[in-house]
Amino acid sequence: MRIVVAKVGLDGHDRGAKVISRALRDAGHEVIYTGIRKTPKEIVRIIIDEDADALGISTLSGAHDVLIPKICNILRNEDLNKLIVFAGGIIPERDREAIYNCGVRAIFGPGTNTNSIFDFLNESIKRKESGDFVGVGETLGWYWTDE
Amino acid sequence: MKLWGGIGQMNDEELLLGAKSGNRRNLSKLLSRIENGKFSFDKHSDVWALGVTGPPGVGKSTLIGKLIERWTAAGEKVAVLAVDPSSPVSGGAILGDRLRMTNSDIGESVFVRSLATRNHPGGIIPNISDMINLFSYCGWSRIIIETVGSGQSEIGVIALANRILLVDGPDRGDMIQAEKAGIMEMADIIVVNKSDLPRAKLTADLISESLSLGSVDSIPVFVTSALENKGIDDLVVCLDSLVPNESRKNLRIRQTLLSHWTSLAISNPQFDKIIIDISNGSKSISESIMSLIELIQNEVKP
Repeated sequence: MRIVVAKVGLDGHDRGAKVISRALRDAGHEVIYTGIRKTPKEIVRIIIDEDADALGISTLSGAHDVLIPKICNILRNEDLNKLIVFAGGIIPERDREAIYNCGVRAIFGPGTNTNSIFDFLNESIKRKESGDFVGVGETLGWYWTDE
Repeated sequence: MKLWGGIGQMNDEELLLGAKSGNRRNLSKLLSRIENGKFSFDKHSDVWALGVTGPPGVGKSTLIGKLIERWTAAGEKVAVLAVDPSSPVSGGAILGDRLRMTNSDIGESVFVRSLATRNHPGGIIPNISDMINLFSYCGWSRIIIETVGSGQSEIGVIALANRILLVDGPDRGDMIQAEKAGIMEMADIIVVNKSDLPRAKLTADLISESLSLGSVDSIPVFVTSALENKGIDDLVVCLDSLVPNESRKNLRIRQTLLSHWTSLAISNPQFDKIIIDISNGSKSISESIMSLIELIQNEVKP
């Protein structure tokens, strides 16, 4: 898969994004890392130019409830409905429902085993191939849980 | 334009039409099809393509970021193909060049596409020249191909450009190594970047001196600091007025021919079988070459 790993907004902490990028590479994916402090618009531009299959958004700033919906909206406006979007970082339990409702299909918090990210991506590919909804602009209702 | 059928269902002609009229997604999708060997595009006319190479860490991407700034301000449309190696173990890759090209993600007149070498031997991505042609056809007036390294394998890629820029850092001595590999003779311009560090000027002088000893006639050597934005304007002026050097044209054609030949050979489905045949002694090298030529002959129609 071609996966864009993005840092959005005023958030300079990218150790997590870099670790995830490395792990995804080692799992055989092509990872495009955006660098820090990208705007939602810039991130969508990168996805278009790179023809990515998936987007991983890393956020630790507390602005996830504003910035993630913004990214998802622009993606849908650009007809990138099939793109698989997942998020990671500090996203409290109480905010997660709203994030899932934007079309994000997985949220990975601190302490996540990288294997569960691979499992999520494999499951997503399976769903995509069998025609099940998994993209950011497709029918809601399914998201990844570790159990 | 709403495409409810999905862009994946569009055929090549529809995508090409869209790409030509400025649709980025259509262009991007076609680049993927070229990369995956599902579409070819050899139409080309007046291509302006610059190959940028040099050792790791000398600031190639940062320098390209500065060139993007200058050129877009002057009304040019700049496309960058940034080539990074794939991991030979997992096949995966981290493509991070674009993050050093500040402002590469803003504005309609910049398009950066990262490419993994996907373990093509020698880092040669077959069909990269088709991508260059496609960009040019779609109105991109400055096309940059960035590769890392200064060894024999990288010239295969940058030789597909009709202008070549070598970048070195102060006090590295890599260019002297590069000279041995015959890369220096292919360069149109040499830049010593990171002039904010000491001894950049000395490095540039050493390179000029070494060039003057050989048969190579006057390749301009520039000293820049992409970080401090110094020396960039002079470099841009030189690049803009650069006429592809006829005397080096044949060197490039030689590399291009060899890269195409190599990629034809290695992308042939029988290639691995031939290696096994040689390995178990059932075929000699010259027999293998003969059957490879035959295989390629059947594949390439005049």
